[in-house]
Amino acid sequence: MNLEFTPEEIAFRDEVRTFIEENHPKHLGDFGMREDMSPEDMVAWHKVLGEKGWSVPAWPEQYGGTGWTPTQRYIWSEENARANTFMPLPFGVSMVGPVIYTFGNEEQKAQHLPGIRSGETWWCQGYSEPGAGSDLASLKTTAVRDGDHYVINGQKTWTTLAQHADWGFFLCRTDPDAAKPQEGISFILLDMKTPGVEVKPIKLLDGGYEVNETWLTDVRVPAENLVGEENKGWTYAKFLLAHERSGIAGVARSKRGVEKLREIAGSEMLYGEPLMDDFDFARKVSQLEIDLAALEITELRTLAGEQAGKGPGPESSILKIKGTEVQQRLTELTLEAVGSYGTPYYGNITGEAGVGADQRARIAGGNATNQYPIGPDYAQHSAATYFNMRKTSIYGGSNEIQRNIITKMILGL
Amino acid sequence: MDFNFTEEQDMVRDGLSRMVREQYDWESRRKAIESDAGWNPEVWAQLAELGILGMPFSEKDGGFGGGAIDSMVIMEEFGKGLVIEPFVPTVVCAGGFLKHAGSDAQKEEHLSAIIAGKRVFAFAYAEPQGRYDYADLATTAKKDGDAYTLNGHKAVVIGAPWASHLVVTARTSGGERDRDGVSVFIVDKGADGVVTRDYETVDGRRASEVYFENVSVPADALIGEEGKALPLIELVTDEAIAAQCAEACGAMKVAHTMTVEYSRQRKQFGVPIGQFQVLQHRMVDMYTAYEQSVSLTYLATLKLDAGEAERKRAVSAAKVGVGQAARLMGQEAVQIHGGNGVTDEYAIGHYFKRLTIFDHEFGNVDHHMKRHVKLG
Repeated sequence: MNLEFTPEEIAFRDEVRTFIEENHPKHLGDFGMREDMSPEDMVAWHKVLGEKGWSVPAWPEQYGGTGWTPTQRYIWSEENARANTFMPLPFGVSMVGPVIYTFGNEEQKAQHLPGIRSGETWWCQGYSEPGAGSDLASLKTTAVRDGDHYVINGQKTWTTLAQHADWGFFLCRTDPDAAKPQEGISFILLDMKTPGVEVKPIKLLDGGYEVNETWLTDVRVPAENLVGEENKGWTYAKFLLAHERSGIAGVARSKRGVEKLREIAGSEMLYGEPLMDDFDFARKVSQLEIDLAALEITELRTLAGEQAGKGPGPESSILKIKGTEVQQRLTELTLEAVGSYGTPYYGNITGEAGVGADQRARIAGGNATNQYPIGPDYAQHSAATYFNMRKTSIYGGSNEIQRNIITKMILGL
Repeated sequence: MDFNFTEEQDMVRDGLSRMVREQYDWESRRKAIESDAGWNPEVWAQLAELGILGMPFSEKDGGFGGGAIDSMVIMEEFGKGLVIEPFVPTVVCAGGFLKHAGSDAQKEEHLSAIIAGKRVFAFAYAEPQGRYDYADLATTAKKDGDAYTLNGHKAVVIGAPWASHLVVTARTSGGERDRDGVSVFIVDKGADGVVTRDYETVDGRRASEVYFENVSVPADALIGEEGKALPLIELVTDEAIAAQCAEACGAMKVAHTMTVEYSRQRKQFGVPIGQFQVLQHRMVDMYTAYEQSVSLTYLATLKLDAGEAERKRAVSAAKVGVGQAARLMGQEAVQIHGGNGVTDEYAIGHYFKRLTIFDHEFGNVDHHMKRHVKLG
């Protein structure tokens, strides 16, 4: 038992660190996710990794995976967090990709896997509906077989970044008479340019547009877009959710976030002293770091289990719950740290220096870019990020659903 | 990075688990606790025979070449059975001082006796005014030719009624809370001037108030360097904390299993109470707290050999996290057991008591939160 890296692992760390330094697109800086990112920026790093062959490390090697050990994958995510890269979006790489290579046929693999690897194809997820959230199996969108096609009708919601998507994977009801609601659902791939698909943005609390309503009216989809067997879609959906959860702890990003929080609290002043020197505040940061330290080891134990051949099991629900709690607490403390400057609405143009400066000038009532900005730079994202991150305990199976899963699978109740 | 145990560690766990299950059953434990001595020395002899007391010592010191990970494995099993035997005071604390700083003569005199189960130690560090500050010492040791003279009062010395020897912290110079001037001595409990008042603890152990009245010990009773012992005390108590975190994990595991099992049996409103989501989610949170505690215990144990700041940070993180989890687990387990949870008859209440007192040794949650904050 030990926490040390082997010399080979240290060499690997140096290799990926150098690769990131040399290849991460410079214009992305080290900002990570920003509300005003262009779709091109969001896939820029994905495309670089696609060329290098590192975009889907966790996949089996025959489908383009890197064959890295869990420790190497841990190092990879640590190094990306360190450089604050914008990692490939999960919808292709961690969600539909594994479903296609596990349950899809050869034609589907040949058609879709290359685009997922390279970042050429943008995917979105059609799961939730206005009436089907935590109770996903109650979904009402129907797919009716008509010759060589399915005809889809219904409404999906919370479709993340569907405004940019080329393809989507949708859960549709194909047997309305099945004995259980879970048994009549199919998993269908949909070209988002098909007539009858309409994507309408939903404005979120932080002012950003990252999710949509997706309306489907008499959408004709070739029958060969069905993945696996008809009416077995729930099995694939559950498989996908377990995959989604295993990366969800976000430990490396949160560690970087705590560093940032310490920096902010080091420059904010309270009674003439840095806020970080105030015991009441420092105690909260320590509590966060302790929870994060526990989470990190819990994740590593899960990874070690995977290395020993155990798939991501119900333990990944713990990672989801604790990971999102830490992420939310981090953004909450960051907003608390910035004090008064958490209050102004900075709009959703807060990214690139020039645009941000314009925006700041506009808020200040001026019309030139040489006005003083409002508040420190780090304050601008704090409220928006806090509001935005409330989603994490709701999506991917809400944290209450995760508790139901643990109740059933681990406690056996 | 590796989370596997060695074959030997797995064997120790299995053997100890069997012994605790078969011979440390609830009735035997109760009988020992209620006896005059308050423990069963035969159990101690058996632990020696199994090699448990020698596990964390090097072969050079007469042990079996293990270390902190072995102590973790052992303490987790002790926690599961609420074993009261003084492994931490004797093996982890006294053994720790000896292996880190003992002279060859001291090791020869005491280590083999510890490993053979023939000498039991208690660690007298706390004082009535000192709370969890190891440097806040009113007990003094004055150099007097070839001897030191000890005077003072040590509080709640766990396992002292069973011990023949004490490891005692005392001030040899400086002011009451100075970091410098702290020394550690081995004292024969039978020495003239050592007065003890023995009592039971709420979690089934025994302890003493120990008074030193002009107790004379030879100069070679000093462990390590005179006046420079504080870093050594911090190291040894960090090792003790890691071991007790493992004990708490073992106790939490059993408390949780008992609670889930109880919720399966106990019916109200015509159904097992384990069917109620309001209780299910609480038991999930208990489980999560347990898993996080195991992780923090690994972290603390694996960082004991790291640099001083890194070690202290990891150990304090564990003492805070496990302390919080132990409190949650104990309180929730009793609540879900309902009225039965507050009876002496049900085992769960005894797990609750041990998990409560865990927070009172070697610094509580607040103390270690402060240390974590100070380390930045």
